[in-house]
Amino acid sequence: MSNATTAKPANAKKGGFLAGTANYLDERVGMGGILKEFGRKIFPDHWSFMLGEVALYSFLVLVLSGLFLTFFFQPSQVPVIYDGVYGPLKGAEMSIAYKSALDISFEVRGGLLMRELHHWAALLFVAAAGLHMMRVFFTGAFRKPREINWVVGFMLFVLSMAGGFTGYSLPDDLLSGNGLRIIDGMIKGVPVIGAYVSSMLFGGEFPGTHIVARLYGLHILLIPALILVFIAIHLFMVVIHKHAHFSGPGKRDDNVVGYPLMPVYVGKAGGFFFLVFGVLMLVAATVSINPIWLYGSYDPSPVSAGTQPDWYIGWADGALRLAPTHLEVVTGPYTWAWNILLPILVLLVFMALVATYPFFEAWVTGDKREHHVLDRPRNAPVRTGLGAAGMTFYAVLWAAASTDLIATHFHVSVNNVLTSLQISLIVLPVIAFLITKRVCLSLQRKDREIVLHGHESGRIVRMPHGEYIEVHTPADEHELFKLTDFVDYQPTIARPNAQGKITVGARARAAWSRFYFEDRVAPVTAGELAAAHAHHSHDEVEEKPAAKKTTKKLTK
Amino acid sequence: MANKQESHENEHEYSAGLAVVPADKIADPGLEPHRVRMTDKSKKHEKAAASQVATWFLVSIVGSIAAIVFYFVFPISADLNTVRNNTFFVGASIALGMLAIGFGAVHWAKTLMPDAEVAEARHQTRGSEETRARAVEIVNLANQESGFSRRKLIRRSLYGALALFPLPGLVLFKDLTTDANPSETLRHTMWKAGTRLTTDPTGTPIKAADLTLGSVFHVIPEGLNEREDKLEQKAKAAVLLVRLDPADVKSQKELDWGYNGIVAYSKICTHVGCPVALYEQHTHHLLCPCHQSTFDITNDCEVIFGPASHALPQLPITVDAEGYLVAKSDFHEPVGPSFWER
Amino acid sequence: MAFLKNKSMFSRRKPMAAAVVIAAGLLISGGGYAAASGAIKSTQSSTIASAAQIDEGRKLFLSNCASCHGKSAEGTKNGPTLIGVGAAAVDFQVSSGRMPAQASGPQIAAKDPSEFTDAQVAALAAYVATLGPGPSIPSDAAVAADGNATRGGELFRTNCAMCHNAAGAGGALTQGKYAPALTSTPAKEIYEAMATGPQNMPVFNDANLTPKDKKDIITYLVYLQNHPSPAGLDLENLGPVAEGLFVWIFVLGGIIAITVWLGAKSN
Repeated sequence: MSNATTAKPANAKKGGFLAGTANYLDERVGMGGILKEFGRKIFPDHWSFMLGEVALYSFLVLVLSGLFLTFFFQPSQVPVIYDGVYGPLKGAEMSIAYKSALDISFEVRGGLLMRELHHWAALLFVAAAGLHMMRVFFTGAFRKPREINWVVGFMLFVLSMAGGFTGYSLPDDLLSGNGLRIIDGMIKGVPVIGAYVSSMLFGGEFPGTHIVARLYGLHILLIPALILVFIAIHLFMVVIHKHAHFSGPGKRDDNVVGYPLMPVYVGKAGGFFFLVFGVLMLVAATVSINPIWLYGSYDPSPVSAGTQPDWYIGWADGALRLAPTHLEVVTGPYTWAWNILLPILVLLVFMALVATYPFFEAWVTGDKREHHVLDRPRNAPVRTGLGAAGMTFYAVLWAAASTDLIATHFHVSVNNVLTSLQISLIVLPVIAFLITKRVCLSLQRKDREIVLHGHESGRIVRMPHGEYIEVHTPADEHELFKLTDFVDYQPTIARPNAQGKITVGARARAAWSRFYFEDRVAPVTAGELAAAHAHHSHDEVEEKPAAKKTTKKLTK
Repeated sequence: MANKQESHENEHEYSAGLAVVPADKIADPGLEPHRVRMTDKSKKHEKAAASQVATWFLVSIVGSIAAIVFYFVFPISADLNTVRNNTFFVGASIALGMLAIGFGAVHWAKTLMPDAEVAEARHQTRGSEETRARAVEIVNLANQESGFSRRKLIRRSLYGALALFPLPGLVLFKDLTTDANPSETLRHTMWKAGTRLTTDPTGTPIKAADLTLGSVFHVIPEGLNEREDKLEQKAKAAVLLVRLDPADVKSQKELDWGYNGIVAYSKICTHVGCPVALYEQHTHHLLCPCHQSTFDITNDCEVIFGPASHALPQLPITVDAEGYLVAKSDFHEPVGPSFWER
Repeated sequence: MAFLKNKSMFSRRKPMAAAVVIAAGLLISGGGYAAASGAIKSTQSSTIASAAQIDEGRKLFLSNCASCHGKSAEGTKNGPTLIGVGAAAVDFQVSSGRMPAQASGPQIAAKDPSEFTDAQVAALAAYVATLGPGPSIPSDAAVAADGNATRGGELFRTNCAMCHNAAGAGGALTQGKYAPALTSTPAKEIYEAMATGPQNMPVFNDANLTPKDKKDIITYLVYLQNHPSPAGLDLENLGPVAEGLFVWIFVLGGIIAITVWLGAKSN
């Protein structure tokens, strides 16, 4: 088209190069069509939507820094005598894996930087993924059509933990080695197959000479491959569904409001990658992480006080610590190690509840519509309360992994800390649920107040007949809509089915719907708003909603 | 920008379930009016923003070059302070290079690129009726042409084949271990009648007289350090050796298996296998640092706190002709964490 | 009487000979003994307490320690007997400020500075040492950090790290007790703690950890004390818990601050 040539007269030469490249690609991969379809895709803008990106970019940093490390790390457990620069280990016997990790740290320029970058990025990857998951949960972004994406995301979270665990066990140091010992002990406790699985994993007795190399294969090949596949599915679904957006004027379930991919998000999201990378690099350059030279090569006899796994495995370690004493049961020739099985079951049940929550909530509400407008957490009080309870449960398990550090830092008895946490595990989530639900309902009521009566302006006016009243500023139309545009559910009763029978499922659904929606605050309707305004003329004084601040005299 | 309001008439009506669909919702006033930025109104501000963005990118260039320079300016040697310097200067410069691009790009997007919100239509994920009908037609055609649902024999034998083909792949992993009876291997350690107790890690034999009240020795069997599978044996054979006042010991069996109040217990925690290495000499408690399982060494090392669920196995000991402590036999039960066949 | 004749002839002919022989005998036996026991006793401090010092120590003891430990250090229900604990125990407990103990609790903490001067501590130690034989204060040579740090590290990890942490950052014991951090503990105190087993710490006598073993351990700990982390801020070497808290609070917190800026509308 002549437009193309006349549009860029100044860069005729450059336009020629760009045009030529574009043409080349269009003729081979249909680049024109791709740009047409995706170039101006709209993405909504909110800071909490970037958390998934933090995880994605951390993963990219992991791949890049990990690549560097694979050129130097040697996953062999053959013993060797150290003769490197770190004085207190000179002459010590250690595995080649440990030695290569020391060499990376002390004899390769930038090696220590890359090791630390890799480890910090791993911690951030899981943290960001977890926080992202919480954002998705509390805004109801897992509702139809995104239930499958929730499960994909859950799988990514589990894979990220597996990646982290296999990774920090590679240097074969005392701290991570004791972590492997604990995993081995847990596996051994599994009924029937425990001793076999343990022997298969370690290639014989613990610690064996195979585990580091096997974990290496998992860590650099299988787990990253699975993560990449799941990320691809995860992002593909975001493209199909388009990103959800918060409620607000102009935002509906059948549109998406935001900014176009090119150029705004290329700028913002592209820039954000460099920001995340930069922050991680700054931390890697200044703060120590995993100083393996202080721990020594793994040996089953020594152990360090304050033996904890990386933070994202903390909840599992905490679950082990919280198990009550004397839980083992011996029936005949067989031992049921309930002190291990119970924590494992607790973790598995928790993960199952998290993974299946969207399906459960969909069953309760029966709402089969697509939802693209996000919930404000206060507008789903029971869901938010359950989320708070779940987070509290996880947090207590996580805290339980550091009972000894809590004891030394706050000068309390580690025994008392443990007992308190055992009680907290049961009690605190319930309290968290109740408090959160009540807070949500109160916030909803406050929203109703604002819609009906406006914001308190803080100005007190004395009426001619002596009464003092406070002036309210009515909410403008945009705020009115935002505060009333949420989904409101009602509980149901159990109804007979086609055969005239009330099934257990129907009864259960009715009971759950009562649990969820019995206490509800409905959005203000237009009729209610009009009625409220009609009452105002003799009770209150209102100012006209001002777009700019003006000092308008009041009408009496 | 005009909202492309395409008709949604052909879209499927979903049940709203328990949702209350309000009849008179407060009306949607449409997108808020765009608030003009300083950089939209004033050429001066726009120019300033543009030069700020460019400055960020220049700072990034400085950072990246600095990183390369520092890599060579700070070589590393046996002095670990050089490692510290290299790590810090190279890392901080790279960080500056990265962060500056990021700040520049985001600042560019925020101040100079249009920030008027744009709306795009969302269509139902569900296909239209025609699409779905065509999809069903295609599947039916494939079924018809292959005869999949018709031909029971083919279908069922296919299921069988698909179910079985992965199984050899699973069996291939059997030689991940060559131990035919792992639970049996867990029952025995290196300790035998007459094996001397030696200090960990040096391997020096221990005389009974070496132990005083309140002392603890970390013990490995004699000959452990020469073995090829040193760590595997140590993971079962590590022992804690303590002298107690016999008056303090509550269990006769403990005294019988010991020697004049000197007792030896497995150091491998019966919870999940960490070394139970902490000994409190006055309270006579053994504490495992991993999950705080606590054992009472005056009472058969019974568990008195924490998630462990059975006592530490005791190693029966005596002295040999020269006064060195030796084992009387192996442990009488498997050491370490519980397992199914225990 | 030939031998009597010989003897009188001997003493008449060389009057100083007897003295020389006796002196030589004394020198040889005494010097030999001193040389032999020098090897054994080289770990001990060479200062010999004077009577005045012991008396000073007794006076200090009666006014500061006897109320809990008894007038003759025989022990009361408030404090154990000090008979046989040795000068090393007193030097450790008093110069680290643990003694005199103030509050009773699960464990008595070190106080800095100690209530007593070095001379007073030495006097107390000298006095208690007279009450019964026990470990004596190590010599400067015994605690000098010129041993083998590698060997020391291995011994430390096997015997000490389970309570004090692999980097000497300290750790928890049961019921509110704890093993203190060793990041600024003087070498002499480390030696004395190993030798005397204060509070619930086990006793590491010379058969368990020989003086050379103890010196190696001290060498390793002094290395840790003198060498900051080559990797930057070390977060007190508390391990993954500190690192996890750091990433959630500072790294993720900082990044969220950036995202809020990123998503906010520009002016």
